[in-house]
Amino acid sequence: METRRDAFQAIADPTRRAILLLIAAQSMTPNAIAEEFQSSRQAVSKHIQILTECELVKQEKKGREIYYHINVNKINEIDKWVEQFKKILETQFTQLDKVLLTLKKQKNEK
Amino acid sequence: MKNNLLFDFTVDKATKTVFITREFDADLSLVWDAFTKPEILDQWVAPKPWASKTKFMDFKVGGRRFYAMVSPEGQERWLIQKYTSISPKTNFKMFNAFADIDENPELPGSDWDYTFNEQNGKTIVRIAIYNESLARMEKMIEMGFKEGFTLSMTNLENLLATLSPK
Repeated sequence: METRRDAFQAIADPTRRAILLLIAAQSMTPNAIAEEFQSSRQAVSKHIQILTECELVKQEKKGREIYYHINVNKINEIDKWVEQFKKILETQFTQLDKVLLTLKKQKNEK
Repeated sequence: MKNNLLFDFTVDKATKTVFITREFDADLSLVWDAFTKPEILDQWVAPKPWASKTKFMDFKVGGRRFYAMVSPEGQERWLIQKYTSISPKTNFKMFNAFADIDENPELPGSDWDYTFNEQNGKTIVRIAIYNESLARMEKMIEMGFKEGFTLSMTNLENLLATLSPK
């Protein structure tokens, strides 16, 4: 099975996080992004490719140039599922509170 | 039901780890039992209306728990956990993954680390969950929240496709 890239994998890398921060402020061309980093143009381009595959960044053509900008929907999605996971845990723990209460009562009756 | 019990939840996206701290109004041995005994686990781990059904649980290092989350319609989603470290009433670690009905884990899974502390008759549980993949957590959320969850949904590509607006 081929492992598909996911958003977490994308943001696990410091260079990719830096790229996201950069283009969050303004959309940029691949050349302009590469100029901000010490690494080779190919390395930066590979990072951009990964971010694009994960849909964290989007391309937009303006004339001859390609500009990259942040895909706000996808970033929000990460926050959304984190929030849902939190809700599941809250539900579980509230259920556990009730179970513990019952167990404590049983213990006291013994 | 509101309570004043501490609940802290943070996500470190960079290390793909979720940190959870939760206080329980019970002593350590009771809370420890609630996390390590199948008959108690089955009473609370499934977010309602789902139910948890443990087929077997062997709580020792190298031992496994094989259980299902059962939907109100009776659909079963199997999970397998393997205990990798146990310090009684202090800490335990396990690997957790979805599985097929024959106990084969569907990788990648996640690593769970539980630490227990008693303070003034209350017990604080700290949980760190490391996920190799975002997809694993997305799956978990699908289970708890999507009505009419179907087993065919477990196909990873399908699942991701539903989550990415096209």
